[in-house]
Amino acid sequence: MNVEQKLSLNKFSVDEGNPHIVMHLDKMDEATIKALTVVCPAGLYTRDDSGKVAFEVAGCLECGTCRVAAAHIPGALDWNHPRASFGVQFRYG
Amino acid sequence: MADYDAIVVGAGLSGSTAAYCMAKAGLSVLVLERGDAAGAKNVTGGRLYGHSLEKIIPGFAEEAPLERKIVRERVSMLTEDACFSADFHSASRFAEPGSASYTVLRAEFDAWLAGKAEEAGCDLVCPARADELLLENGKISGVRAGDDELTSEVVLLADGVNSLLGQKAGLKKELSPHHVAVGVKEVIELPKGVINDRFGLNDGEGMANLMVGTPSGGMVGGGFLYTNKESLCLGLVITVADMAKSSVRLPDLMEKFREHPALKPMLAGGKLVEYSAHLVPEGGLHMLPSLSADNLLLLGDAAGLCMNLGYTVRGMDLAVASGEMAAQTVIEAKEKGDFSNAALSAYKGKLENSFVLKDLHTHKNAPDFIEHTPRMFEQYPALVADVFTQLFKVDGTPSKLLLKKALPLVSKVGFFNLLKDGFKGTRAL
Repeated sequence: MNVEQKLSLNKFSVDEGNPHIVMHLDKMDEATIKALTVVCPAGLYTRDDSGKVAFEVAGCLECGTCRVAAAHIPGALDWNHPRASFGVQFRYG
Repeated sequence: MADYDAIVVGAGLSGSTAAYCMAKAGLSVLVLERGDAAGAKNVTGGRLYGHSLEKIIPGFAEEAPLERKIVRERVSMLTEDACFSADFHSASRFAEPGSASYTVLRAEFDAWLAGKAEEAGCDLVCPARADELLLENGKISGVRAGDDELTSEVVLLADGVNSLLGQKAGLKKELSPHHVAVGVKEVIELPKGVINDRFGLNDGEGMANLMVGTPSGGMVGGGFLYTNKESLCLGLVITVADMAKSSVRLPDLMEKFREHPALKPMLAGGKLVEYSAHLVPEGGLHMLPSLSADNLLLLGDAAGLCMNLGYTVRGMDLAVASGEMAAQTVIEAKEKGDFSNAALSAYKGKLENSFVLKDLHTHKNAPDFIEHTPRMFEQYPALVADVFTQLFKVDGTPSKLLLKKALPLVSKVGFFNLLKDGFKGTRAL
């Protein structure tokens, strides 16, 4: 089972147009980008074959790992908790 | 006049415990929870050691939504193709309420505890995200949540490991990747009888299994497997600093973990129902923040009150105790009418006199030892698997004495390393 299939089992409510995490690629270095693509348990930071880096907020488990992994670069990520009633709602936890 | 005596941010274990104790003492309390319900944003591995909640709600196990009471402790070392386990079973030795531990699922458990706090008289609002602390004449006077401004004499930050408010208030620094681990977890449903049979358990009895070795891909961390009533919790916990240097993505490590030949049959036929993740503060005393300021207290995971010794992982019992002591501090502060840091710093004193900071102090070298003993995550599991292979393999080649079998294997790791790690480990863990 891949991680997209696993995430599809969770209960999410996406705050369209109001992402709680915004990535500022221009501020990041290569090592940090690489770190984000491996540390995210939901695999939401990706790099395609052409080298293009992307972040998808839908599916975020709100763990904060990316925040910690990028914390040494001020402004690399705008990170907040989702607004009330949005984001993941764990049914088991 | 403030709206409330106390506002608690977060209805997890520390927040709800604090709210419960304060409301019982007659204080007016508001709890803000960002999840749709208490527990909706929370994740545990997980096991709750019951002693600290037992003290606050005697006999809580009778009414709380617990999964199973742990009677079987298993610690395993894994290589790619082998698994060595130490398995300790005793239904009687951990039977007393003060020493019993239970598997829990946080969505249900936290909702129950928050309900107890409401019954005791506190107001719970969810979902409500606390956006910032309100200031009046330079002094913290409440919380803004969306468009609502709510005032109180004191604010208790029980907002979890990612306590943005605690950081902004200057109580704690940004988390270090060396001090936090990322946990990822799958909840896998299986019928109750299958779990009983597979793990040698009676109804209501549970197993906790911590694992070291290939689950974390040799990185600082490990795997866990807990039995719930009708599900298993399987997961990995890996230090963020190590994970950031990994060549394998965390979700791929997790998928590989569940395919391990020793684990796969234990999970067979199970249905994955939830995939979750959470940060775990593991820095111990080294990441201890300031616990109070004028009109402000920091609780539970937000204060980094967690312990990982490799064979035991604790956080929820510390969170509950910190909630109780924060509540006592606030109750005393209200009697004196003094919510300044001079009064609230009694909170740290209470934690210091309790198991919370005593245990963190006793094991203050554990995080360092674990992080700086990489052999524990790769070479020792491999050594143990090799030794036991030698012990049990009979293939017709002339046999050797145990010592001759073991010596070459141990010398691969080095006697000195083994002695040194053994000595340091028993002094740190």
